[in-house]
Amino acid sequence: MFIPTLIGVVSLVFLILHATPGSPATRVLGEHATAESIADFERRWGLHRPLIEQYVDFVISYGRGDFGKSYRTGEPVLEQILRELPYTFHLAVAGMLIAVVLGVTAGILSAVKPNSLFDNIGRIFALLGVSMPVFWSGMILIIIFSLNLRWFPIIGAGDMKAPMEILRHLVLPATTIGLFSTGVIMRMTRSSMLEVLDQDYIRTAFSKGISDSRVYIKHALRNASIPILTIIGLSFGGLLGGAVLTETVFARHGIGSFLIDAITWKDYPAAQGCIFTISLMFLVINLITDLLYGLLDPRIRHE
Amino acid sequence: MNTPSPLLHLNHLKTHFFTVEGTAKAVDDVSFSLNKGETIGLVGESGCGKSVTALSIMRLVKDPPGKIVSGEILFDGTDLLQIPASRMKSIRGKRIAMIFQEPMTSLNPVYTIGDQIAEMLLVHENLSKKESWERAVDMIAKVQIPVPERRAHEYPHQLSGGMRQRAMIAMALACKPEILIADEPTTALDVTVQAQILDLMQQLKEEFGTAIILISHDLGIIAETVERIVVMYAGKVVEEGPSLSVFDAPKHPYTKGLFKSRPKIGERSQFGRRRLLEIQGAVPNLFQLPGGCSFHTRCVEAVETCRRISPELISTSDNRKVRCHLANP
Amino acid sequence: MKGTSMIQMLRKSPTAVAGCIIVALVLLSAAFAPWLSPYSPVDMDLYSRLKPPSLKHPLGTDELGRDLLSRIIWGARVSLKVGVISVGIGLIFGVVLGLVGAYFGGVTEKTIFGVVDLLLSIPSLLLALAIVATLGPGITQVMVAVGISLVPAFARVTRGSVLTVKEQNYVLGAKALGASHFDIMTRYILPNVITPVIVLATLNLAFALIMEAALSFLGIGVQPPDPTWGSILSEGRMTIRTASWVSTFSGLAITLTVMGFNLLGDGLRDLLDPRMRRILQAK
Repeated sequence: MFIPTLIGVVSLVFLILHATPGSPATRVLGEHATAESIADFERRWGLHRPLIEQYVDFVISYGRGDFGKSYRTGEPVLEQILRELPYTFHLAVAGMLIAVVLGVTAGILSAVKPNSLFDNIGRIFALLGVSMPVFWSGMILIIIFSLNLRWFPIIGAGDMKAPMEILRHLVLPATTIGLFSTGVIMRMTRSSMLEVLDQDYIRTAFSKGISDSRVYIKHALRNASIPILTIIGLSFGGLLGGAVLTETVFARHGIGSFLIDAITWKDYPAAQGCIFTISLMFLVINLITDLLYGLLDPRIRHE
Repeated sequence: MNTPSPLLHLNHLKTHFFTVEGTAKAVDDVSFSLNKGETIGLVGESGCGKSVTALSIMRLVKDPPGKIVSGEILFDGTDLLQIPASRMKSIRGKRIAMIFQEPMTSLNPVYTIGDQIAEMLLVHENLSKKESWERAVDMIAKVQIPVPERRAHEYPHQLSGGMRQRAMIAMALACKPEILIADEPTTALDVTVQAQILDLMQQLKEEFGTAIILISHDLGIIAETVERIVVMYAGKVVEEGPSLSVFDAPKHPYTKGLFKSRPKIGERSQFGRRRLLEIQGAVPNLFQLPGGCSFHTRCVEAVETCRRISPELISTSDNRKVRCHLANP
Repeated sequence: MKGTSMIQMLRKSPTAVAGCIIVALVLLSAAFAPWLSPYSPVDMDLYSRLKPPSLKHPLGTDELGRDLLSRIIWGARVSLKVGVISVGIGLIFGVVLGLVGAYFGGVTEKTIFGVVDLLLSIPSLLLALAIVATLGPGITQVMVAVGISLVPAFARVTRGSVLTVKEQNYVLGAKALGASHFDIMTRYILPNVITPVIVLATLNLAFALIMEAALSFLGIGVQPPDPTWGSILSEGRMTIRTASWVSTFSGLAITLTVMGFNLLGDGLRDLLDPRMRRILQAK
């Protein structure tokens, strides 16, 4: 199932360049370009060939790991992407970590004491997290923590070879993207836990005289985790989208800012490569969560 | 009378549920005793408060909306309603255990039955993982599940209904509790399996000396298994006594209605399961109980007093109790 | 829901009511923008650049001297328009595709939902970015891009509803009586789909607003001088040190409106049907 999806994504990405009528060359070179320069461009980049041929070539190249060359710099797109990837990777992992740890914990605590003060405040925060646009919360964090308190650097990703530097530059952006996903994960954890806590086997667990924390964590959480895991996988998509925006706000290196640059400069091959890479990451994460289901729930394993 | 003090004694227990629609008096003055090693049956229609009584004993009533408002639950001299939650946890499962009606949903689907049984020993008797697993396998053998070592590794969804209930029993009796509360243990099972489960409970009770509170609306089961019977209606105990005696000569009009044609003990095969609701009318709305005796609206023998005054539970000479104006004290 | 009094609704779902109030306020400000806004959103006053909030300019001015309050009020119009139309596009295409696919099953279903799942493998913002990259920036392009990214969710939810209703007796009966496919779909199945779709549409409106703001923030959405909250936020970023109110208030506008729609959507979901939650989770 993975390969066909991958081919589908590649095809979708292919369409980015060719979905509208007219030559891509016109879009890149502008309306006032001469017929000659357009023809030159097309020949240089193979855009004059029949569409089918371009498509097949495209898919095969991607299969071989060749993402084409940048219209802007002529460099192979894959190389550029590999250079930027680590920054985004750090950001995504850090953001996810924050989101999962905070979201799940808050969700559990909320479910254990529904309608308490903690629960209500938690839910308001979750709502805020989900409603604040990522780029705004990033700016607010910059205003408070970088400009006024001067705790963290404003922009950039820091020297890749210095771990403390990396962390210092990660805190604000990771918190920013983490915030949104925290809200999403917390809500799902809460509702999933509430549903589970209503079940008969939880009553049995309590009747066995085991400690409350054991009931909540060993008995309830394990059962609640399937929908939570699903949401974590899905919110990774939002996280990756958020990374694009966050890298812009914080002027960080990464695939996101690379993508925005590519789009602004109409560097289509680069844009295609970026979108493909990010989608690939998303697909891999969802594949992993699919596998984890079987680990968590024996009923799924035995199907 | 020189009887030893009872193992469990409920004294005017009241458990009410406070909801937006009003207060449901699910348990409204319930008193009875349980002696060491005794088996008693708690009988009544659904909604009469038997399950809530059981949950109250275990202090498992969901709060909100439920709350034990008054009364005492004396277990081995201690009032369970006064002890801190931590002490109650050490009693639950270890000294008083409970099994429930629906074995499919009452077992945790993501853990093996071996693990779930072993957990009792892990938590209450502080055994090592290995030791508790071995004891768990022993228990599985005791409840007559064949090939226990293999079955212990299985999950609830891989077992049949009867086996799941056996697993529940194994789990409940793992720490050899003094009291086992069985809330409708056979209702969700096939008729053939029901008899096996009841026999199993009887055997284990004899082996472990456990006292049993058997809750059911099925008189056939009660008739075969219990020494004493407690009849409940609308949150109150309306009759109590040795089962032979109560079956032979019921004193409360409700009990009489329940035993329309007297099932002779041991002739279950002939009469099969008794069906209830031969009595006119339906269980009263717990939010709006009728005034006076709560049964008077359905009672064929009701008189004026019954409408106005609520009767007390009165002991009669032959070790029985009745809550009725018309029964001769 | 019929005959439920206002008081009952309030007790059952304060979230819905809160959301409703916020949304109504925003909608009203947008509708009455010409009367509410003290200045024109594009009038520049180069002598009053980057002024902090004052009596004359309650929310301050931006770097071209334009009154922020007016820009934000007019921005509501643009942002809401984009939001509503995007959701409309997503809803119409999504529901139709979902209905047709789930109803006819077989190859049709597999094809349609194969494409839907494919669209879902690309994170929504990226999908919108890709479409805008292809079509170029501009307000219509944004609406199309966001609309397309919303299609999969509507299709899936519709599918869930259709599947629960498809095998019901009254549908089979209608078939036996010779009702046409179109009839069955519109008269029997569609009404069941409406409830979860309404909730989804409300929640997706919140989402669409954020997407539009994001695209405008990145400079590839709605183009100047049309004020949208996203572009105002983007402008505010340049002057974040000296004039933080520009970004603060525009961001606040987005956040509050989105919160309103989220509350409304959540509240509607609570009110309408607990059974529906299962269908919505099929998203």
